[in-house]
Amino acid sequence: MNSAVIVFPGSNCDRDVAVALEQVTGRKPAMVWHRDTELPAGTDFIALPGGFSYGDYLRSGAMAARSPIMRAVIDAAGRGVPVIGICNGFQVLTETGLLPGALMRNAGLSFVCRPVRLKVENSQSLFTSQYDSGEQISIPVAHHDGNYQADPETLDRLEGQGRVAFRYLEEVNGSARRIAGILNDAGNVLGLMPHPERVIEAAHGGTDGRRLFEGLLETVAA
Amino acid sequence: MKARVFVTLKPGVLDPQGKAIHHALEGLGFSGVNDVRAGKLIELDLADGTEDGAIEDMCRKLLANTVIENFRIERLEDA
Repeated sequence: MNSAVIVFPGSNCDRDVAVALEQVTGRKPAMVWHRDTELPAGTDFIALPGGFSYGDYLRSGAMAARSPIMRAVIDAAGRGVPVIGICNGFQVLTETGLLPGALMRNAGLSFVCRPVRLKVENSQSLFTSQYDSGEQISIPVAHHDGNYQADPETLDRLEGQGRVAFRYLEEVNGSARRIAGILNDAGNVLGLMPHPERVIEAAHGGTDGRRLFEGLLETVAA
Repeated sequence: MKARVFVTLKPGVLDPQGKAIHHALEGLGFSGVNDVRAGKLIELDLADGTEDGAIEDMCRKLLANTVIENFRIERLEDA
């Protein structure tokens, strides 16, 4: 699996996700700078990491979504290359339009930083195949703008098409229908606020995030 | 020429910041505030002759997220 991690000014989980990918796939991902215009040849997985790209200026993810490399990412997503956006990466994906809806300021206005209980709603996606449907897992969140909102028709469509990948089992940020992560229509783009890369080995205090990367490896390498 | 772009949350979109401001106003003893909505004002200094369509394009492509926000453009008289 040839993964690429996109690095924006202000990304701060790029190395975490790179370590997770290297541990699981055995190959170092390419770190691709936001001003690049092309992905390395043969890239078959793209990660948009967490952080505060461009200082969250204007809106979280807004500037990053318009940076040069994102054209290549959007093209690749259109060709079916799997793309994951974690936290700020999820915000970038909604700002590009690759995923519907928007991530707004947390309803409680506070930055939320703690492990949260999640339910795996869809275990059929290429990101979640190693989880059981309905399984409860614990993954940390760390965000100020994680309040997922979309119009009711979009929410119904997401639910009806099995595109809600993860749902919070507790109140975290005011998200509509407690949505924590969603898939695009084709199923090759996942955005989620929790940080699976922060729980991949026992020393992290949990390993519930590891299977996401293992599932990807299995699907992408197959 | 200059233009101002007002970016506001669409009606019905929850505005936690507006709510917090509302509570703070009440805490200061200001009564009679029914609701508060917070938005953004962006001032643009533009080349003379910039067309309305170009400014609208800027709003749609970057300045506003039209999933949740509306925008209004106000051209200012040349100073």
